[in-house]
Amino acid sequence: MTLYQRRKLANRLALTLSLCAMAFGLIWLLWILETTIVKGFSALSWSLLTESTPAAGTMGGGLLNALVGSLLLVFFATLFGTPIGLLAGIYLVEYGRFTWLSKTVSFVNDVLLAGPSIVMGLFVYAVIVVPTGSYSGWAGVIALLLVQIPIVIRTTENMLQLVPQTLREAAFALGTPKWKMILAITLKAARAGIITGILLGIARIAGETAPLLFTALNNLFFTTDMSGPMANLPKMIYDFAMSPYPRWQEIAWAGVLLITIGVLFLNILARFFSRKKF
Amino acid sequence: MQPKKAKELGNWILGGLSWVAAVFTLIALCGVIIMLAIKAWPSMQAFGFSFLTDTVWDPPNNIFGAFVPIYGTLLTSLIALLIAIPVSFGIALFLTELSPAWLRRPLGTAIELLAAIPSIVYGMWGLLFFSPIFAQYVQTPLMNWTANIPILNQLFAGAPIGIGLFTAGIILAIMIIPYIASVMRDVFEVVPPLLKESAYGLGCTTWEVIWSVVLPYTKAGVIGGIMLGLGRALGETMAVTFVIGNSNILDGYSLFSMGNSITSVLANEFPEASLTGFHQSALMELGLILFCITCIVLSLSKVMLSRLQKAGGK
Repeated sequence: MTLYQRRKLANRLALTLSLCAMAFGLIWLLWILETTIVKGFSALSWSLLTESTPAAGTMGGGLLNALVGSLLLVFFATLFGTPIGLLAGIYLVEYGRFTWLSKTVSFVNDVLLAGPSIVMGLFVYAVIVVPTGSYSGWAGVIALLLVQIPIVIRTTENMLQLVPQTLREAAFALGTPKWKMILAITLKAARAGIITGILLGIARIAGETAPLLFTALNNLFFTTDMSGPMANLPKMIYDFAMSPYPRWQEIAWAGVLLITIGVLFLNILARFFSRKKF
Repeated sequence: MQPKKAKELGNWILGGLSWVAAVFTLIALCGVIIMLAIKAWPSMQAFGFSFLTDTVWDPPNNIFGAFVPIYGTLLTSLIALLIAIPVSFGIALFLTELSPAWLRRPLGTAIELLAAIPSIVYGMWGLLFFSPIFAQYVQTPLMNWTANIPILNQLFAGAPIGIGLFTAGIILAIMIIPYIASVMRDVFEVVPPLLKESAYGLGCTTWEVIWSVVLPYTKAGVIGGIMLGLGRALGETMAVTFVIGNSNILDGYSLFSMGNSITSVLANEFPEASLTGFHQSALMELGLILFCITCIVLSLSKVMLSRLQKAGGK
């Protein structure tokens, strides 16, 4: 075989393997989605949305308490987390650019962004659950918030950095105060990207189980009292999937379907926003 | 109020609030480390450095050595990297060089969606669907095949039950592929076309351009992406807890044996840990160790990625 043929063969081989790698990646996605849809749809029923989780070993029941609990946890975490993340992002780009503090925060944020979320649960357990004496919805909210804030900070920072410097200079030249320039011009210019970041943050915490294990715990009964243990979808799936009762396992699959659809929908929505120009 | 005053007040409020928010992030990180260190102190004092190397984890007798979970975390992450790196490289190669332009976006999105699936879904699917098939079609043949080969039969020993360290490694690999692949794709795209075209002009094949031009140019970024994936794998909890087997006993070094990772020990034992002995404190120390390992890995990845940025700025 000549060198030329060998090189051609190596090229062909590498590109074929690359095609296989792509197929390898897609197969898992399709397999997981197929399982989720097949198992989940067979367990779907109206009672899922209207009834709370059944007692062990009994039939019927649904996921109402877990759905409401998850919505409350995610809602409050987003309500408090988004403004903090936005403001910190604004500081990093607009006020503290090139300062020691902003470089450090930006670095720390990357560590928190990819850091293990179960450690956030341990931290919140130590600072909230132990002093207050009980697992609570609020502790879960704080744990989720710590997971979400870094995501919002990262995207806000990236998006504000993309805003052309000339826009800022033009605003200053007209005598606009800095705070007004930020609120009316740079934030507005970066709006689409920031919304994407917030949506991705929500998607991430909606599926997080680990930070809730020792904070919100779980609750088999319907409650909207955030100061006590709170039912939530991921933990409910975890508990029910490991249980020996067929009905609980069925409900767990329905929960998996709901959570997967919700999270994928948020992700696709976020992508839609990131493409859209305002 | 005069206009001047309003201007200053507005700046003072927004600037102040944003400063507070930025400092909050800093405090959160320091708070996590300090709080875990305080809670872990009793166990650190009691067991010292042998905590890292002792294999006995015995809550009833109040003896704790964390070798098994640390070994489990490192081994599963290593398996995950060994699988994920070549696959991610292939995917990035496909997306940047091979794929027709109209397929790039949908395929890229599909791979990224793999990262969006909640880890609990991976766990449940891995336990109930992946592991039986893995046991039947991969584990059993592999064990039969290596039964008479000296070192390999130790590595692939045990009962083919589908769950264990190796399965956890594979599931982790699937979970980190999208992270590594998307970083690789992004850094491959920043290679100046001029460099690639010069190589093509000299008669290089696509593979030679990738291997000898694109990869050396983006080396730092690629390593940064791998570190990012490693950070993910180390801290992943739910998927691992479902499939790793949750055994605190170290019997041999078979890849198919059941084990435990730092995260799965925390998820399983923390809610029931007694406050009187060292159990909870030892678990907090595990959390601290995990956090420190990921901090180091992520810092390295940041340094690598920023080195690429500097090189790209030239």
